[in-house]
Amino acid sequence: MPDSSDTSPPPHPFLRWTVIAIAVTVLALAFAYVAGWLTPQRLTPQRMVSDLQTNSGLYPGFRRNHAKGVCVAGYFEGNGAASAYSTASVFEKARTPVIGRFSIPGGNPYAPDGGTPVRALGLRFNLPNGQQWRTAMINTPVFIVSTPAAFNQLTVATRPDPATGKPDPARAGAFFASHPETAAFLGWAKTNKPSASFATDRYDALNAFYFVDTHGQQHAVRWRFEPEAKDEAGAGPKADDNDYLSQDLRQRLATTPQRWHLLVTLAAPGDPTNDATKMWPADRTTIDAGTLVIESEQAQDNAPCRDINFDPTILPAGIVISDDPLLPARSAAYADSYLRRTREEARLPGVAHADTPKPETK
Amino acid sequence: MTAPRAFHPLARLLHWTMAVLVLTMLFIGVGMVSTVSSKHQWLLAIHKPLGITILLLVVLRIMVRLRFQPPALPADMPALMKFAAHASHWLLYALMLAMPLIGWAMLSAGGYPVMLSSSWRLPAILPASPVLFAWLREAHQYLAYLFFLTILGHMGAALYHALIRRDDVYPSMTTGFPAPVEIAEKPLEHIEPPAPEVLPPSDNAG
Repeated sequence: MPDSSDTSPPPHPFLRWTVIAIAVTVLALAFAYVAGWLTPQRLTPQRMVSDLQTNSGLYPGFRRNHAKGVCVAGYFEGNGAASAYSTASVFEKARTPVIGRFSIPGGNPYAPDGGTPVRALGLRFNLPNGQQWRTAMINTPVFIVSTPAAFNQLTVATRPDPATGKPDPARAGAFFASHPETAAFLGWAKTNKPSASFATDRYDALNAFYFVDTHGQQHAVRWRFEPEAKDEAGAGPKADDNDYLSQDLRQRLATTPQRWHLLVTLAAPGDPTNDATKMWPADRTTIDAGTLVIESEQAQDNAPCRDINFDPTILPAGIVISDDPLLPARSAAYADSYLRRTREEARLPGVAHADTPKPETK
Repeated sequence: MTAPRAFHPLARLLHWTMAVLVLTMLFIGVGMVSTVSSKHQWLLAIHKPLGITILLLVVLRIMVRLRFQPPALPADMPALMKFAAHASHWLLYALMLAMPLIGWAMLSAGGYPVMLSSSWRLPAILPASPVLFAWLREAHQYLAYLFFLTILGHMGAALYHALIRRDDVYPSMTTGFPAPVEIAEKPLEHIEPPAPEVLPPSDNAG
């Protein structure tokens, strides 16, 4: 054992310095690899969000997808019917406060409501024990793709052509041709006109989850919120009105709270939990677990929902995520979008500031 | 007051345990934010309870550090090298303490429930604020890079002591001189510092 009195130069100094250099370099390279710095082809949350941002343009302070929306508040009243399957207190016969947000897809917060048939609802349930249930749903029974990689390819394939402002049909068509799983969603989009009201739409969680009961038993489920309001037939927005959804919601809530039933579908053995493009057969047991009551709305600019990341993997005890590969990707990408817009809100150095004025032209 | 030749066994145990945990934590952190695979979820599930574990361990470690005097640096080390050694140790302690607290504060400011398991939740330590969240989230990331660079430097310096200078520094944190040495044998568990025959009086334990 050498001690402090040994001042003679070490034998093989070059070899010794090499050992030190290799040790430090190997550790640094391992870190760089894990961080993705050596693998630029890796699909990262940053890349998914950057690609969305490229498609829509940058709107500082806004979400990178579903940028246009309106904040709502209300409560969920459980009826106990789902408590046999999940220990989450939200399903008991009790009221749980809810903050939510209706939105339409895309990164442009000034997009016309009629430009897409898709409507979305994000909800955050504040449970009495401090836990939360967050869910972000859209009004289709199936999602367009089943994997994060396919979603990113779809984003790139439908990038607006700078010359026309519209996606290149050949490029988009090639993507859909090579992704037959998109057929169910495309069929829905073809037959569903943009709805005239957020209040008359149903909202489907798309991804499967597991409810966990008191015995620790897991039950694969999908849930959706089915509206009580059914007056859509005949109603329709004026052709030149781009913001009718929030106006309609304001008018309805001025007189009546709007209600949805939480319908929970239980999987049968063999039903896929990892593929959001596939519906489960219609005969599966479905439970009415309670009623969502939305009582008020507020513009999103400065209302509580603005600062909520509706990450669908934030769940209370009694609900866990399934093996659906979209769920971790949603969590990771939403977190990156949240960081980008809060950075802009905080006016951090090197980012666009959130108070950038609304663009003059569309 | 003179310094012992080696670190107290408890200090050594904490050092090597935390070395593994902190490096694991830094790799988990940088990995989980750069993947959209299912790794994102399980790495995130480890990151939070492991961070709180490190916070508790570093509090214990600071108490051990204050209770048991560490060995002095070799007297023949150049002043600049001594300064770098002391400064980097202060920085490592500061980061071990600050990183878990910043992570906890950041989740609080983001309005997230701070879940250590599916049902074990820590209270928020800051009010929800997007501005605070953004600053803390950036700090968490860049201080993590600083942490990793400091550890690289620390590791390189430790190997320099072990392989080039071949002084007491490296064994003082590893074996603690278990072999018979020229001084009287004293069990390392003793609370009072071992006999100081070999080393000159400590200038500053740092």
